[in-house]
Amino acid sequence: MLGSLSSTLGLMRKKGAWATGAVLTTAASIAQAAGDAAERSSVNMPVGVTDVGSSIYSLHMLIFWICVVIGVGVFGVMFYSIYYHRKSRGVVPAQFHESTKVEIAWTVVPFLILIGMAVPATSTLLEIYDFEDAEMDILVTGYQWKWKYEYLQEDGENVSFFSNLATSQSEIYNSADKNDNYLLEVDEPIVIPVNTKVRFLVTANDVIHAFWVPELAVKKDAIPGFINETWTLAKEEGIYRGQCAELCGKDHGFMPIVVKVVSEAEYAEWLADKQADAAQIRELMAQTFTMDELMARGKDVYQKNCLACHGAGGEGGVGTAIAGSAIVQGEVGGHLEVGVNGVPGSAMQAFGGILNDVDLAAVITYQRNAFGNNMGDMVQPIDVFNYKKG
Amino acid sequence: MAHGPAKGISRWLFTTNHKDIGTMYLWFSFAMFILGGAFAMIIRAELFQPGMQLVEPAFFNQMTTLHGLVMVFGAIMPSFVGLANWLIPMMIGAPDMALPRMNNWSFWILPPAFLLLASTLFMEGGAPAFGWTFYAPLSTTYAAPSVTFFIFAIHILGLSSIMGSINIIATVMNMRAPGMTYMKMPLFVWTWLITAFLLVAVMPVLAGAVTMMLMDVHFGTSFFSAAGGGDPVLFQHIFWFFGHPEVYIIILPAFGVVSQIIPAFSRKPLFGYDSMVYATAAIAFLSFIVWAHHMYTVGMPVAGELFFMYATMLIAVPTGVKVFNWITTMWRGALSFETPMLFCIGFLVLFTIGGFTGLMLSIAPADFQYHDSYFVVAHFHYVMVAGAVFSMTAAVYYWLPKWTGKMYNETMGKTHFWISFIGFNVTFFPQHFVGLAGMPRRIPDYALQFADFNMMSSVGAFIYGASQILFLYNVIATIVAGKPVSDDKVWDGAEGLEWTVATPAPYHTFETPPTLDPAHAHS
Amino acid sequence: MLRLSANPAVDTATKLVVVAVAMFAFVFVVMVPLYNVLCDALGINGKTSGQAYTAVQAGVDENREVTIQFVATNNAGMPWEFRPEKTMMTVNPGASNDTVFLARNPLPQAMVAQAIPSVSPSRAAEYFHKTECFCFNQQPLDGRSSAEMPLQFIIDRELPKDISTITLSYTLFDVTEMAQGAVAAR
Repeated sequence: MLGSLSSTLGLMRKKGAWATGAVLTTAASIAQAAGDAAERSSVNMPVGVTDVGSSIYSLHMLIFWICVVIGVGVFGVMFYSIYYHRKSRGVVPAQFHESTKVEIAWTVVPFLILIGMAVPATSTLLEIYDFEDAEMDILVTGYQWKWKYEYLQEDGENVSFFSNLATSQSEIYNSADKNDNYLLEVDEPIVIPVNTKVRFLVTANDVIHAFWVPELAVKKDAIPGFINETWTLAKEEGIYRGQCAELCGKDHGFMPIVVKVVSEAEYAEWLADKQADAAQIRELMAQTFTMDELMARGKDVYQKNCLACHGAGGEGGVGTAIAGSAIVQGEVGGHLEVGVNGVPGSAMQAFGGILNDVDLAAVITYQRNAFGNNMGDMVQPIDVFNYKKG
Repeated sequence: MAHGPAKGISRWLFTTNHKDIGTMYLWFSFAMFILGGAFAMIIRAELFQPGMQLVEPAFFNQMTTLHGLVMVFGAIMPSFVGLANWLIPMMIGAPDMALPRMNNWSFWILPPAFLLLASTLFMEGGAPAFGWTFYAPLSTTYAAPSVTFFIFAIHILGLSSIMGSINIIATVMNMRAPGMTYMKMPLFVWTWLITAFLLVAVMPVLAGAVTMMLMDVHFGTSFFSAAGGGDPVLFQHIFWFFGHPEVYIIILPAFGVVSQIIPAFSRKPLFGYDSMVYATAAIAFLSFIVWAHHMYTVGMPVAGELFFMYATMLIAVPTGVKVFNWITTMWRGALSFETPMLFCIGFLVLFTIGGFTGLMLSIAPADFQYHDSYFVVAHFHYVMVAGAVFSMTAAVYYWLPKWTGKMYNETMGKTHFWISFIGFNVTFFPQHFVGLAGMPRRIPDYALQFADFNMMSSVGAFIYGASQILFLYNVIATIVAGKPVSDDKVWDGAEGLEWTVATPAPYHTFETPPTLDPAHAHS
Repeated sequence: MLRLSANPAVDTATKLVVVAVAMFAFVFVVMVPLYNVLCDALGINGKTSGQAYTAVQAGVDENREVTIQFVATNNAGMPWEFRPEKTMMTVNPGASNDTVFLARNPLPQAMVAQAIPSVSPSRAAEYFHKTECFCFNQQPLDGRSSAEMPLQFIIDRELPKDISTITLSYTLFDVTEMAQGAVAAR
């Protein structure tokens, strides 16, 4: 066990955080095994890119080392005793069984050590709880099993979007190679500006989730009906990945969080784009499209959202075949039902909350008229809208 | 002997004999240990590699849930109740438990409760899949219909625990042999007495929590739903008000076991008996005021966070006292390393590591990173498995010769220890790393940077799991064909009244109270 | 000491049964109400009082401005459109302020909703006084119709100096089924 402890110890040194001493061979081999997975540490808490994150990291290391020192002392005495006070060496056991002085000492000394730990812990906690002076607010809502982000704007024109797992079913079910960001990639990340205090208001739509991004030192439960807050101030641009941390049902492991920290200028540009997109969608919602328009848009949407499970030719895979499907060749209402609400208990997601009405109309039209499903009918955005509203 | 056991199945069905009931508890809990272990093997097999291979995510969640429930309520708790049944009357010089008929009932309602729980696996919508902590509303509004059966199962096993504890308290308070004052009781009896009080206090709280769930699910109340004025966080407060004392319910009897065995193989009295008793009581008291450290991230006011952090850190003091006492007991003793002692030393080392990570977790700001990660999984398995299960295993090896009159195979026992010890550490040590690096708990699949350690963890789990078969074989082989032991005092360093009765322990012991030897005040 | 039975073991057991029953009752009659009291007092989860505020504030603090953000969320299965008319307001502590939330029931049938308020930062909750709120009662709405739901509030003059922004969130729940029974509304 000491070996394990000291191998951790060695690892910490290898990471450069602690400078002295020899690295044990076991430590080196573990570090090597760990070394190939990107730059994120596989053995220790990330320091992250925030001041709070580094305070937490230092606190974590401080307590870790205190524990190591105490552990070496305690186990040292124990192993000394195991070696030198063996019956097989013919020792005669002592019969002492109490010592008030010693017992008081080992009650008081740990107490003092605890006070020493409590001081930095308290100040770090107060730092975490300082929510004031945030420059922007993002409402984070946990859904089974995705996140919705809403950027609160002063003019009321909030920018909001869903963020879904982007890893394909074929990677998850091992029919395709897993990419580097397997399970930690989303279709649309949160984008925030660097060096800006961002407040996250965290809530949930259904069950309790938890919003966790280790490198931003953010973790807060998302509780349906109530709002929680947390904040971050990223000091380095980059892409930071996290996951839902509270068991929230079947796909709890499949709702990652990706935060892209960019320069202020890049953020402003992104926000403007998002606002323009939103305006465009609102415009498109009211339009009626031709078959060709729907088919062209539908093909795009299909390739991005459906192909992974249903195949390039609609032949199926993880999902059922689209070509010749009874649902697709049935009533429009039944097809909308599956598209909007998904199929509970299967990998088929509820796309009603993922795609906008225009894309949903297009992809359903596409499915009904491609792969030999020559239904000849069209679904317009207004049909989707009406279907959703019952 | 005036009269022996009845014959056939009715001996077991209607028995009121503490030894029979203890035996049934022990076998039942071992069966549950194997069942919960099988669930764990499924979990680890799925997590062997990234990607979904064997089971679906929904089933995976049922496995983690049932693994937790079966291990906590089916394996660990009943095993210590079984131990208490066997040993407490013998240790305090009583002829039996105070309320033998209730004792029979408290065991026999357990198997139906777990049958009910296991049957949910075959129900529409599957078994409970909301984790052993069953947070609302995942366990209420969003649960499968089987939740109702889960609630009844919890009610029954809660009732069983309460009845068992009442019996233990009534026995210890009323049935001690003349001269066996409280401060002369063996430490195992002390830790169980305190545990039993904890159980009587908090099992009803758990019953209250599941009753509220039942009402929310079926009778339209809104205890845990914001819509009707309730609050899902209230569930967590109630659950952990039960749940934190529950953690000590599991570990305190283990402390008792270790406090019996270490002195025996050190051939030296337990160091600091009085402070052990006070430390146990202090831990029990503190367990009632620290529950919210499981909930640092729910959005508590900062004053609440600070209170629960300081209170939690304080637990390190009495726990430290215990560890120091055990080590000082070994100091300048004459140590030998039979299997029970090996498991106790394993306990001491690994439990201490679990205690260190517990201290780290108590630090609220750092917990914002640790919470709900594999670091927590590693922590509580160091405490539960290396703490409770190792000490329970030690107890079986230690008292088995007294129970059966036969000696187990020492080489096989030692082999069991070393395979367990290595398997356990290979399983759970790497989980500290993946947890710190950001792997959340209760996920069926994980990112690639966690792959190596997860594979290691799975291999370790299979080794640890397989080592239990050796344990089972050794115990059965001992019962069937072990080398007979005739000494009353099987171990030369063992102290206590249970070693003064014949070996194997007769069906009835201390029908007339023993006379205490004042030289051996306590063990 | 009170003896409940001549048999000392039965006596002990009976007393312990009383303790166990008392602990079961404790959950319902102490823990739940106590939690609600603590929530109101400490603003746990940012809960605000479910009753209209009637006290009088000692004038308006003209020298201080506080930004109030409004957020609206629908819980799962709630199809209404629900949003604040204004997403942000700047107010003076002590002054009475009015705003409305807009709700529309797009379904053909009548429904009943309950809005649950939550304030962030939570320690601001006890300084957020609502003199009138649609969240005090369940809100019925006929099929395919809209409503303006009023909110009138005062920010306490005692609001800690370091709080400059308060977020008030409402989550809208569908309580149509529940409304048939008698359920305490907040």
